[in-house]
Formats: sequence, structure tokens, C-alpha cells
Amino acid sequence: MTIVLQASAVTKRFGGLTAVKSVDLEVNEGEVVGLIGPNGAGKTTFFNCLTGLETPTAGEVTYRGTPLPRRPDLVTKAGVARTFQNIRLFPNMTALENVLVGRHTRTRAGVLAAVGRGPRYHREERESEDRSRELLDFVGLGKVRNELAKALPYGDQRKLEIARALATDPGLLLLDEPTAGMNPNETAATVKLVRAIQERSIAIVLIEHDMRFVFGLCDRVAVLVQGEKLMEGPPSAVQADERVVAAYLGTPTEEDTA
Amino acid sequence: MSVVAAARTRGGALVAPFARQLGLAGSVLLVICCFLPWSTYSGFPGKMLNSTPGGARLYVLLLALFGFLFVKDLPGRRRALGSASTFAFVIALLTMLFIAYAGRGLVNVGSGAFVGVVAALLYMVGARSLPEDDRTAPVRSLPDGRWRAAVESVLCVLAAVAALAAFVIGLGIPSTSIADGEDYRLGGAISLNDLTNESQFLSFLLFLCGLMLALSRMGVIASLGAITKRHSKVLVAAGLMAAVVFPFTQGGDGYSLRIAASIGVFAAAAVGLNIVVGLAGLLDLGYIAFFGVGAYFAAIVSGSITSVIDVHLPFGLVILLSALIAGLFGVLLGAPTLRLRGDYLAIVTLGFGEIFRITVNNLDGSAGPKLTNGPNGVSNIPDLVLPGGFSFGENHNLFGVDLPFQANYYWLEVILVAVVMTAFLRLAESRIGRAWVAIREDELAAAATGINTTRLKLLAFALGATLAGAAGSVSAHVVKVAAPDSFTFLESALLLAAVILGGMGTVQGALLGATVLYLLPEKLRFLQDLRLLVFGIVLVLIMRLRPEGLVPSKRRQREFHEAGGGADALAAPPGHAGALG
Ligand SMILES: Nc1ncnc2c1ncn2[C@@H]1O[C@H](COP(=O)(O)OP(=O)(O)OP(=O)(O)O)[C@@H](O)[C@H]1O
Ligand SMILES: [Mg+2]
Repeated sequence: MTIVLQASAVTKRFGGLTAVKSVDLEVNEGEVVGLIGPNGAGKTTFFNCLTGLETPTAGEVTYRGTPLPRRPDLVTKAGVARTFQNIRLFPNMTALENVLVGRHTRTRAGVLAAVGRGPRYHREERESEDRSRELLDFVGLGKVRNELAKALPYGDQRKLEIARALATDPGLLLLDEPTAGMNPNETAATVKLVRAIQERSIAIVLIEHDMRFVFGLCDRVAVLVQGEKLMEGPPSAVQADERVVAAYLGTPTEEDTA
Repeated sequence: MSVVAAARTRGGALVAPFARQLGLAGSVLLVICCFLPWSTYSGFPGKMLNSTPGGARLYVLLLALFGFLFVKDLPGRRRALGSASTFAFVIALLTMLFIAYAGRGLVNVGSGAFVGVVAALLYMVGARSLPEDDRTAPVRSLPDGRWRAAVESVLCVLAAVAALAAFVIGLGIPSTSIADGEDYRLGGAISLNDLTNESQFLSFLLFLCGLMLALSRMGVIASLGAITKRHSKVLVAAGLMAAVVFPFTQGGDGYSLRIAASIGVFAAAAVGLNIVVGLAGLLDLGYIAFFGVGAYFAAIVSGSITSVIDVHLPFGLVILLSALIAGLFGVLLGAPTLRLRGDYLAIVTLGFGEIFRITVNNLDGSAGPKLTNGPNGVSNIPDLVLPGGFSFGENHNLFGVDLPFQANYYWLEVILVAVVMTAFLRLAESRIGRAWVAIREDELAAAATGINTTRLKLLAFALGATLAGAAGSVSAHVVKVAAPDSFTFLESALLLAAVILGGMGTVQGALLGATVLYLLPEKLRFLQDLRLLVFGIVLVLIMRLRPEGLVPSKRRQREFHEAGGGADALAAPPGHAGALG
């Protein structure tokens, strides 16, 4: 099995606060890895370090054997795409346009091509559009492709963000709380969507607070507490671990928290 | 609830049951009044004396005809009637006051005007007291059939011709300031009589506003917009044809052509700025400097006797080089500053604009190298001569029609505007344009989606500068001089105002904004020292009533008029937030 992502000893300090402390994480081809931990544990900061939005204080990240660049657009170009915890779409662009923007790194037309509009330009534009429509259908937004992003319901906005990320042809997709704010139906649909993405042989790391979602979906789960990786293992092992329960609830309890 | 509002509601309740009858009576009376004399003396333009309505009376008449809506209940009628009646009233009132003023007393106002003002008031009160209705007029389309495409094409042609006709009529209303051929900023005394001309222009402008508002509220504009969108090629071809043929309709007179050419220069620069501001969302307050770079370069290398460099490059090469050099300046300025956030960029570009102006003011040989002749500028730029010997400075006879020499420069401007517009439209609807809009919407998300934001912002900035440089070099040939006082901050501000007023991100908007902003100060000259104040008030009013601009892009329209959007979408781009979560 090939290793898609290898993060070793990633550390991020904000002044006196160490948000991420020497975290290692490996993701294999086709895997779905869960990243859980209480609020403020440093999960989002860890994602930001991977995707070039933050420069890690120390540590190294490689994608398929080559170090990831420290600039978000280059990380995306290299094949790592992401979504945001607090959805960041282009609100006044249509759903289709949002996904088309995702095609940017995989297309080439420059100013001269755009003004000249030769056959190659038209071909590329058509391909981008076909691909984007296909992705919108894939996430279930085919019908609303001409709606403005901000006019979509919350759940659809999350799906649209995933479609936009997929449009960059990633080999690894980082999802930051993909079901936050969703109702049970939408969450169930997201489970299906993540499985379908996995079938397209795209590896996934997802941050989530919904434990049923995480344990039902992930091949492996890593637990982050106060910036440090507490443990990592198959869902059953993590679920049963007392330290994890303690980390979430503060103190060990007699109650059954599963 | 304020006292005024309470009084209004009470008054409204009183009138409401009779609103339709009242309004209908008012509009019918108003129509009749338009056939009565409005003044007792001849000389007021628009033939206010005889019984055929012309000028302001014609405008009032046309707006009064919307009164048929009191009988026929169409969706959106309340708002449509509101606009039509209010503008009819304002025009009638203003015209009456102008007639009294120019005729030295109310005694010289004809009966038609008095009754007309009262009728218009009834018309307005009736319209405003109609019951509220929140039906919005639907976008209608023609029935399917064999002739549909043909009819729609004809409508497109008519729309283009009507737009040009409105422009020509507005331009054709004489105005001392323009006829004198002075720059409107020079000021100057005018006689009382001129006010009659200015009132003509004002009523025409008000009429256009009222008509457009009423039609748009009835859904006519949106329906027409949908049609022209389907047949955009026809519309563009018709518009271009109309613009090309325009000089043949001028009977050898060059005055309108000269104004139109000046508007063309202004519009081309505005469209270029629209790439930077409207698409990429970068606030550039020194844009005129790039225009100036192009203008000065063209002036210096085009064989002017006042130029210190004795070369005369061919015109095509001059345009190309001006564009390149201005673009280079764009890169030089943009590379270090585009990393800054919006507000800082605005300050740096503002500074650059001033540095440019002060520099060309001083490159006169005393404080530095002699290059620009300081405040005198580089003047006497010779007329263009095409390789075939066709001189732009001479009158020509084409197809049996005598054409003034201004027509040559006018056509040059038409070509420039067409080129700049094409570039804008094609860029906006491309991979590059989408990336610009994405950056404007959320820079961080754009970067995370794979866009090299620094590079694309620089590209927008440099491209805007390039187009400005090209426009500047053409402009230098049209006005035959490049001097520092044409490149003040006021010019940058006016260009920016044209973009925002017209509607950010659309090319028609930039054209319309440029036209309005160029013509308005000229036509407002009768106000003398108050001119710029009134000009400012008008701008504030337009932005208050229509914050998305006169011809907004679909995107901006919704930004301002749909729930969840609002003006704060503009005030606080999400990219500014600190959290990266
Ligand atoms: N730019 C920043 N500057 C300073 N401190 C920061 C910054 N970003 C995050 N932090 C801090 O780092 C810590 C980790 O934050 P992070 O957002 O990564 O947590 P999280 O695990 O994603 O939490 P949640 O589950 O609530 O999303 C928090 O204490 C936060 O306040
Ligand atoms: Mg988080």
C-alpha cells in the first residue's frame, strides 16, 4: 500500500500557545482517516499546516513522497484539496461557477487565449464545464447549478464545497467537520457521499465531532488533545479507550458514554 | 412611527378609496394640458407656445400616458405609476419655474403649465395612494412561432438604435458650455437665456429616468434584457453599426462627434478600470496615471514640435508601446503593493497617481531632465496620417456624404472602445475572469482552491494599466496634447465613479456611467460654482437609490436585493477575517 500523506512531528506555536505539538499522521491510498478531539484541540490548525494556510513552526509534510509546498494554491495543485469548518464558498457566484473555479489549477487558458478564443480554448472550457456538471450531479446538486451559492441551504453549501474541492482532481481530500449543522438525513447522505468519494480512490482525512459518523465511516481514527496526538487506531479500539472518554468529558465516569 | 409618517398614513387612508379615480383624472387632465400653451412668450425651447407638444411637454405627455395603468391592473403597476407620475410632476414643476424665471415672472407662464402642475400632482397622489401590492412583474417572452427569432432580432436592433437616439438627443440639446468648446472645468459666465437650454437637458434626463424606472417596474426592461441576452450578437452588431453610421447623420457638423470621441476615451478607460475594480475587487485610486503614461509616451514619440525627442513612430507601434509601457508600470507598482490588503492598496495607488502628476509637472529641464515641458505639456501633436495618405485632420467625403474631420477621430474611438469591450467581456467569462471574481469574493478560499492570488491580482492590475495606456495614447492624438492637469486625482475619482455608478463588473454599465459622468458636469455648467456640488449630490442620490449601479451585473443585483446579501457583503470581504477555520 502506498503512503499518500506523511506528516512528521508537525508543530505550530501561536506566541506562547502551542496549538499543535509534534503530531505524526500517515494516510494510505484509499483510506478514510478520522481526526477527533475536543474543541480547541488543534485539529483545524493541523489542517491549515498541511494545506499551506499556516506555516508549521517545525515538522515536515510529504505528499506521495515529495514535500508539500508552503503555499495553499501549490498544495492544491500538488493534489491535496480541502473544505472549511465554517463554509467558505464564493457566495455571489453560482454553484456551477464555484465548481468551475476548482478547475483552475487543471486548466491553462491565459489572457491571450481568453481574448483570442481559439478552438483549444473552447475545448478546454467545454471540458471544464462537463466535469463541473458531472461533479455537481455526483454530490446531488445538479438541479441547483445556476443558483447563487449563498442562496443554497446549509447542507447544500457543504456539498458544494466538497464538489469544488473535488474539481481540483485531488488525491487526498481534507474535510473539516463535513456534517456540522446537518440534520440526520443530511448526515446519512454525507456518509454515502464520503464512501462514493473513497470509491474514486481519493484518500480522505476528516475532522468530526459526530462520533457515530466517525466510527461508522473511518478505517482509522486519530485523537488530538491539547495539540498532542493522544492515540490512533481502528474505531473499535479508540471507542473503547478510557483516555479518550476522559479527554472529552474531563474526568472518567461510571456512565456508559458510547 | 414619526409624525410625518403618521400624517401620511392618515392622508393615504383618506384618499385611498378614490385613488384610482383621482389618479386617472389627473393623468387625463395632464394629457390635455400638454396640448395647451405653457408660456406666453416665444423663445422658450420646446415650442411651449403652440398646441403641438414638444420638449418638456412631450416628456410629460409620454409619462402621463402611463395613467392607463389606473384602468388596467398589471403586476407592478403601483411602483410603475409611482415613478412615472413623480417624474412627470417634477418635470412639469421645473419647466414651469424655468419658464417663469426666463420670462421674468409668473405672469408669463401659460395656463397649460399651471393646470398641468396641479394635474400632475393629482396623478402622483393617486398613484401613491394605490393599495400596496407586492406582485413583481414577470419576465415575459414572445410566443413561440416562426417569426419569434426575427421579431426578437428586430427588438434588439431597436433597443440599440433607441439607446443611441437617446444619447444623440441628449447631446443635441444645445448647451453654451459645449458649443464654446471649452473644458467644463474652466468655468465662465453665462447669460440667463442659456438656462432655457439647460432646463431642456434636465427635463430630458428626468424623463429618461422616469421612463426607464416605470418600464423596469412593469418588467419591460427585464424582458427586453432576456431577449437581448439570447441575441447578444445581434445587439452588439446593431450597436456597432449604429455607432459607425452615426457621423453620416450629422450633416457635416463635428460638434457631437467631438463630444462622442471624448466620451469614448473616458469610457475605454472606465472599462479598463472595471477589470481592476469590478472583477478583481482591487481599489485603484491612481488609475489615471497609467492613462497618463500612455498619453505622454504617445505625445513624445509622435513627431510633435514641442517634444524633446525628435522621432515620429507609426501610430500602430505607438499604441502598442504605450500599452506595454503602461502595463510595465502596472507590474512595477503592483508587484510590491498587491500583497497589501485593500485599504493599503488604495493609499499606495493614490500616492502613485500624485507622484506621476508631480513628476511630469517637473520634468521641464530645470529640476530634472527635460522631457515633458512641465506644466505646458507636450502639445501640437500632428494629425494622424494613415499609410495610404488618409489624413485624420481633413474633412473627407465618403459615399457622397461630407464628413467633418472629427469623424475620423470618432471612428478611432469606436474601434478603441470596441476592442476594450471585447477584451473585457471575453476575459470576464473565462477561467481568468472567474478566478478574479473568486478572489474578490473570498481571497483565502480562492487560494485554497488552487488560485495563485498574487499572480492573478497582479495580472488584473497590469492588464488594467495596459488598457489605460492604450486609451491614453489614442486620447493624446484626439486632443493633441498631454499636460499634467489632465491627470489629477479628480480624473481617477471620476473614472471610479463611472464604474461604480454604471454598475461594477458590467461593460454596459461602464459605458453608461462614463457617458453620464462626462455629460452631466458639462450640462450642469449653468449652475456655475455650484456645479460640482450638485454633481456630487446627484451621485450620492443615485447611489442611495440604486446602490448596485445603473446596469448592475446579475451577481451584484442579487447581492444588493436579496436576503442575506446587503451592503455589508461589500464592506467586509470574508477574506479579512482572521480565523482560518
Ligand atoms: N491564528 C491563530 N492565532 C492564535 N491562536 C490560534 C489561531 N488559530 C487557532 N488558534 C488557537 O489554537 C487552538 C487550536 O485551535 P483549532 O481551531 O485548531 O481547534 P479545533 O480543534 O479545530 O477546535 P474546534 O473543534 O472547535 O474546531 C485554539 O486554542 C485556538 O484559539
Ligand atoms: Mg476546528
